[in-house]
Order: sequence, then structure tokens, then C-alpha cells
Amino acid sequence: MVRTVSGQPGRIPGSEGPASPAGRRGLARGAVPGGRGARQRAAVFIRRHRLTPYALLLPSAVAIGLLLFWPTLQIGEFSLQNYGIPQVTGTAPTQWVGAANFTATLSDPEFWLSLRISVIFAAVVVPLTLVTGTLVGLLLNRLGPKMSTFVSSTAMLAWATPAVSASVIFIWLTDPDGGVVDWTLTKLPSWLGGGPHWAGFSWTNSALPVYTLLTVLVLWQGFPFVAVTVLAGLKTIPVELHESARVDGGGAWRIFWRVTYPLLKPIFLVLLLLSVIWDFGVFTQAYLLTGELGNRDEYNLGIYAYDRAFTMPPSYGVGSALALILTVILLIITVGYVRASVRQGAIH
Amino acid sequence: MRLRSRTLRRAGLNALGVLVALVTLFPILWMVSTAFKPAVEIYSLTPHPFPAHPTLGNFRSVIDGKVIGLPYWTFLKNSLFVTLVSVVASTMISLLAAIAVARFRFRFRTSYLIMLLIVQMLPQQAMVIVLFLDFRSLGLLDNLLGLILVYTAFSLPVTIWMLRNFVAAVPREMEEAAAIDGAGPMRIFWRIMLPLVAPGLVATSVFAFIFAWNEFIFALTFLGTDYAKYTLPIYVTYFYGRGTVDWGSIMAASTLFTIPVMIFFLIVQRRMTSGLVAGAVKG
Repeated sequence: MVRTVSGQPGRIPGSEGPASPAGRRGLARGAVPGGRGARQRAAVFIRRHRLTPYALLLPSAVAIGLLLFWPTLQIGEFSLQNYGIPQVTGTAPTQWVGAANFTATLSDPEFWLSLRISVIFAAVVVPLTLVTGTLVGLLLNRLGPKMSTFVSSTAMLAWATPAVSASVIFIWLTDPDGGVVDWTLTKLPSWLGGGPHWAGFSWTNSALPVYTLLTVLVLWQGFPFVAVTVLAGLKTIPVELHESARVDGGGAWRIFWRVTYPLLKPIFLVLLLLSVIWDFGVFTQAYLLTGELGNRDEYNLGIYAYDRAFTMPPSYGVGSALALILTVILLIITVGYVRASVRQGAIH
Repeated sequence: MRLRSRTLRRAGLNALGVLVALVTLFPILWMVSTAFKPAVEIYSLTPHPFPAHPTLGNFRSVIDGKVIGLPYWTFLKNSLFVTLVSVVASTMISLLAAIAVARFRFRFRTSYLIMLLIVQMLPQQAMVIVLFLDFRSLGLLDNLLGLILVYTAFSLPVTIWMLRNFVAAVPREMEEAAAIDGAGPMRIFWRIMLPLVAPGLVATSVFAFIFAWNEFIFALTFLGTDYAKYTLPIYVTYFYGRGTVDWGSIMAASTLFTIPVMIFFLIVQRRMTSGLVAGAVKG
């Protein structure tokens, strides 16, 4: 999924304050033009009971309810069941197995390995993305308008590259036969870590190299969003603040921590939480880089859940239990994100 | 002296900017350049940044679909169909919802907005398991309609939030003036609201487009062995991991899949980023 922020407050004027009575009436009056009889009676009913907003929300509520809300509840339901091929084909009834799926999961060393990989990956990639993105954002702010547009356009291209394309590109770049990365590493002088031992080095055969690769890939796709968001934040800081700080004799480092960071703190908080959610749950890139369910010791939590659910023989119950664990972890972080957004005034 | 140090600093910053741009562009350039290279150059012992003898052979084999037995157009058509239908559906549905939350005060309004924020974060790899089972019993697997339903619903939380800001930016006074002049609500909607939120509709559809065009997990899981139903992301990965890996074809397929999004994206980039980022900052 494309990385975006949706829940942030708009700077667009007029978005605050209560709805004026005229505006409310303006759209509420008779939702159905012309037409007599039943349609008009329905329109009158909707208007009299102030149902217009609910009628407008109905299509989205139905779609979200059926395809997002209800399935989330089903994850909970299936996680307590023994759900495999016989249950799907109807040759055996659904069996409630209580917490068996969870106890089986928690006693599986592969689960703990995948959880550890997900946690460590997020702990490494999130700070890298935030620092790189912030530095590029600060750079963009110092560049002239043309240069700034050029650099941010190239960054947006990396951001817009589909996860599938980005993954196959990075697999090709690091291919042991003909990949440009291995070739470059063999040519590097040895004091830079290069040397002939890099020839034919496989980046996807064990967890450390593959997650190093995934780190670079996710950083490449993730920093532009941080950079552009930080840049937008920097534009809101009055120039005088920075100037007076410089006159007072502050270096760039000092000015950032004394002036910029405190002012942009809410933005950094939101970026931090979003990055944690995205990088902890990274799937497509990790799935393709680890060889499409090829190496069990390279699974992160999402791939492990997917594998348990779908690899023959499928065990949708255990998969759902894992999906529930993943969802709960992400929801806990999301609560932090929602609270940060509310505090920032996103919901008005 | 002062002037010189300023020019130097400017040059340094520009050099840094060019460096960032080059590093960022490198993987994309390498994809396109590999797509035009003949096999001899792709597997050469010393890789070169640009093809010495550019060829269209890789593109031809992708478009003929020799590997999978179906021409590229089949998958392009599937992807376009799924993407366009879900973009239109989610944009229309989210416009209605955005008007509701931006123009009316009602009970559960705040709860609805918070619900959208939470639902937006639900991990797709968790949802795909139950939706696979549900769609299986509904006969929606190996069916493009199933993907359209999922893409429409999953883009809604973001598209509603995006459009909400644009709807809220339409001055109420204009609607009020039209109402005083005797315009009905439908007329106000068509004549005032719709033209003014048009840029927002563009930004929103671009988001929904990119989401549906790029989506991988659901397509991978729902489209089984029926190649004729594959969307482009699944076609791109089909090459990969099938015996001998033909990087020329993979990069050509990936180029054909990626470039349209990028062009589309660059055209609307400014509007898109201001629409997305508008948000991240409180003025």
C-alpha cells in the first residue's frame, strides 16, 4: 500500500468551526430532486429526522463494515477454531478448540524467531528512515526552488515505485550472477570492505544479508515521504526564528534541537508511529526477497502468519491466531497514533 | 570573501542535492537500462550502466507472453479494469462520506472519523486470511469482482480523510448564496460543490489508483492458477523463480508496469503531495 498520512489536520481554511445552519440546510433539503410519491416521502422523512448525514455515510459504512470490520471480528472467531481443508470443503464440522491455536503458536520457536525479526527490523529501519528523511527534508529546504523540485521529484519516484517492482529491482541488483552490487563490492579496495570474496555472494540465502537488503529497500521507498512531510513542516516555521537563532550564535546542530525540533515535534511523533506500523508489518517486499515462502528462518511475523494459514496443509485457525496477534500489536501502536492525531487537532 | 563562501556553500548544497537525486534514481535507471540490454550484456562480467546495443527483444517476449502463454494485454486489461472500477467506486462513495463529515454535525461523527483512522491501519496480511475464506464461500476467488470489492473498501478510510479536507475548504458562503438565490441542494452540489472539489477528486483518485494498481497480497492469494485473471503485479512476479531467471524479461515487465504509474504520478505530483502533506502539518 502506498504510504500516506490521512489522519492529519488540514491547513485548509474554513475547515474549523461548527456547520452554519444555512450550509446544513443547503444540502439537507430534499435529497431527491423531482419525483413524487414514495421517493418524495422518503426524502421528507430523511430531512425531518435529520438523517441526511447518515444516508451519505451509508455506502461507506456498509463497505467498511462488511470488508474490514466484520472480517476483523472473524479473525477472532477463526483463531479459536480448528479450521483446515476438511472444514473448507465441508467434510468435517468446525471445531472450537479454545486457546489451542494460541498455545501451539506460543510454544513454536519459529513464532518467536519471526517476532524477533519483525521487532529488530522495525527498530533498525524506523530510525534510519526518520533520520535520512529529515536530513533530506532539511536539505530540500535550503536548496533553490528549481533544485528543490528536481530532488523531491526523484524522491517521489522512489516513493511511487510499486512494492513489487522495487523488490524485483533490488533482487536483480544483488543477484549473485551479474548483479551490479556484488561486482562493485569486488572492485572496492579492501579497506572499504571490498574484495574478491564478494564475487557470487548470495544476499537472499540467510537472514542477515536479506534483511540488510530489505533495510536499504524500505529506506529507499520510505525516506521520501518523511522528507516531503518534514519540508512541509519547515515551511511553516517563520524565517525570523532561524535567523535570530543564528545571530545568537547557534550552529546548525544547536538550531535544529533548540528551534526546529520542538516546533515540529508533533509531526515527528506522527511520522514515528506511522513508520513503526508500516515497517513492523512490511509484507510484499519481505515476501519476495525471502524467496516467496522459500526460507523459513527468514520469516517475519506477517510472512509466518501467511505461511501457517496457506501452505499445505493449510491451517486457517493457527493463521488467524497469528493474524490476531499481529493485529493487536499494530492496534496498540495505532492507538498511540490516533491519540497523537487527536492532540494535534486532526479530528474537528 | 563573504560572497565567495556563500557561493561555495550554495554549490556544495546543490552537489549534495544532485547526489541524493542520483542515488535515488539509480535503481529505477538500472531497471530501465537492463530492460533494453541483450542477454549477453545482462550477464556480462563487467556491468555497464547503459546498453551498448539496445534491443526491444525483452519487451517483445514480455508482450508476447511466451513464458506464461498469454499476451501482456490480458494482464494490462485485468489491471486496468480492476483499478478503474475500484477508483470510480471509492471516489464516489468517499465523496458522499466526506460531505457528511465535513458539512454536518451529527452523533457518532467523531467516532466515525476515529474508526476510519484505526481501520486504515489493519494489516492486510492478517485480513487476507479471513477474506480468502469468506470469498471462497461466496465464489469470489479467481474473480476480478472480488479484487474490486477489496480495493474499493480498503482505500475508503484514506480517500474519505483526504476528500474531507477538500470539501471543508469549499467556502460555505457560496452554498449559502446559491441557496438564497433559490438553488436546490442537487443544483448546489453539481454547480458549486463538484467543480470546487474537483482537484481533491483528482488527488483522491490518484491515491486509489496507485493503491489498486500496485496491490499484491490480495491478488496473489485470490487469483490462484487461472492465469487469464492475473493482474500486472502477479504477472511481473510470475517470471521470477521459475527455473532459469530471465532478468531482461523481468525488468521489461517491471518497466511496463511501473512507468505508467510514474508518469501519472509526476503529472499530478504537486497536487498530490500538497493534498497528502497538507495534512501532516498544522499551520
